[in-house]
Amino acid sequence: MNRHFENLALALSALRANLMQSILTTLGIIVGVASVITVVSVMQGFSSSITGQFENMGSNTLVVEPHVPFRERISGVRAKLTYEDFEAISRRVDDIEIIVPVIYQMPGTLKYRGEQASLQFFMGTVSAYAELNNHFPENGRFLIPSDDTYRRKVIVLGSDIRKDLNLPAEPAGEYVELNSQWYKVVGEMEAQDSFLGFSRNKMVIMPFQTAVGLLREKASEKMQFMIRVHNIDDQDRVKEQIKRLLRKRHNIGPNERDDFKINSSDQMREQFETVLDGVTFVVAAIVGVSLLVGGIGIMNIMLVSVTERTREIGICKALGATRNDILVQFLAEAIILCLLGGLIGIGIGYGLGAVVELAIPGIPAVVVPFWAVALSLGFSSLIGIVFGIAPASKAANLDPIIALHYE
Amino acid sequence: MGGETIRALDGVDLSVKQNEYIAIVGTSGSGKSTLMNIIGCLDQPTGGEYQLNGTMVSLLGDTALSVARNRDIGFIFQSFNLLPRATALQNVIQPLIYSGLPRKDRKAKALAALEKVGLQGREGHLPNQLSGGQRQRVAIARALVTDPAIILADEPTGNLDSNTTAEIMALFDGLIETGHSIIIVTHEHDIAEHCSRQITISDGKIVADTRVGAAA
Repeated sequence: MNRHFENLALALSALRANLMQSILTTLGIIVGVASVITVVSVMQGFSSSITGQFENMGSNTLVVEPHVPFRERISGVRAKLTYEDFEAISRRVDDIEIIVPVIYQMPGTLKYRGEQASLQFFMGTVSAYAELNNHFPENGRFLIPSDDTYRRKVIVLGSDIRKDLNLPAEPAGEYVELNSQWYKVVGEMEAQDSFLGFSRNKMVIMPFQTAVGLLREKASEKMQFMIRVHNIDDQDRVKEQIKRLLRKRHNIGPNERDDFKINSSDQMREQFETVLDGVTFVVAAIVGVSLLVGGIGIMNIMLVSVTERTREIGICKALGATRNDILVQFLAEAIILCLLGGLIGIGIGYGLGAVVELAIPGIPAVVVPFWAVALSLGFSSLIGIVFGIAPASKAANLDPIIALHYE
Repeated sequence: MGGETIRALDGVDLSVKQNEYIAIVGTSGSGKSTLMNIIGCLDQPTGGEYQLNGTMVSLLGDTALSVARNRDIGFIFQSFNLLPRATALQNVIQPLIYSGLPRKDRKAKALAALEKVGLQGREGHLPNQLSGGQRQRVAIARALVTDPAIILADEPTGNLDSNTTAEIMALFDGLIETGHSIIIVTHEHDIAEHCSRQITISDGKIVADTRVGAAA
């Protein structure tokens, strides 16, 4: 064993003597591993952010939204949910803990004393929204039932909006202009992770009825109901009840499709995660090919290096190196090269992940899981062994007499 | 390959005692290189026996041959054959690595060998920073650092000028006085003159084996 350490030391000193060449040799591995780490870290970031979002919502949450198949939608067919649907569900379906109506409206511009901020969307909802989404105001207050009753023109800001508009730290009481109408700010929400570029920090929330008044007949196309059931075991039954009720209310015949969709938060998370897993898998396969190519590059350079150092090998054999010594030394060189490439690649991968995080606003924090690092290093050394065997055994099997006279 | 088999050596019978100073002389193609390879445990004879320090070398396998080379043979080559990227000291240490000597003892032993050949102070130089004579001295230090049974020198002065040749030969003469055994393969007669026994090879056969009474 001691002897193998000696051969390892010899391998290291041979690599150190040609440091630049060694690093260039291992470029394929560096690129491969760096891509693995970057991709995996960004994907993991997305994945943990998604998981976090759905955890806030709770796994026993259902979302009901209007739905028409894409082909019908482009020919102008629109599905609707009405406030009457909402009331019917709250009255007639059992085991619902909380139900809130939500209206999403796409972008708008918010102004405050000459400052301007683009919204990703604004939302109309009711006071129970905060509890259902586990998302509460940082300061000021959230919506209260009377806001809805009197259709008050008040809004709660997402945390980024206050900074963008240069509002005071306690923005409650200020007035802001949204699409040419004035609203009184009553609170500011706590910051949340963004979600596939969809950031709740860049929205404003107004009372549900205020939004309905603003959008009029369009409101029912943008309406969703978020529902939390008491017990997750009741979820399927609740879903079935809502379905029957809405089909009846919308006069949908027995052979016709639903004009709404009911998703559970688990289902939605699974869909996202399936997509992400698929992307990760495809990228991993591409990266695997690039690592293979990197390995072939290393084998090629090692074969050249054996030829270049034929005489040196002959000398070592004359001085008493056994076949095993030479084999271990050259194999160690290949493995160290690959590991070196792997380590540099991990470093670059971390760097690239951080750059991606900085360059794309709203992307979730990058996470490099330990398994990706371990896998990269393991795979690198495997490549070193697989592609190092041929050059190493070529070196070990050289005839010392021929090697000594090699020019 | 095909073709006829050529007997590089044929019916050679040779015995060497400790502390002998031998020159093997012959023209090129005479078989002296083959004889040297066999004595140096680099090659195995196709027939016959070779016994070294009581070991039947002609029966050894590849790994055992390596061990025998390390323990019993010190090679010196015409073209020095130093490891180009290793310092003088590292070159001398190399055979000690293969002999399994503990790390801490190697350096002292290698430095002592370098001192013996007059290279103290040069241990940190790379081969290309040394003159031809100095390189051959490093090679000699490397050959004797393991205390081998035989120092085997193949045309050791072939690449050196006459002054340096004289220095190197003086060094060999000194090694004989301290009890080493040396075999020099050469085609130069004035080199062979230094030795106490001259073996002449021609066409794979020993044609002369003369002892000079008082050499050196």
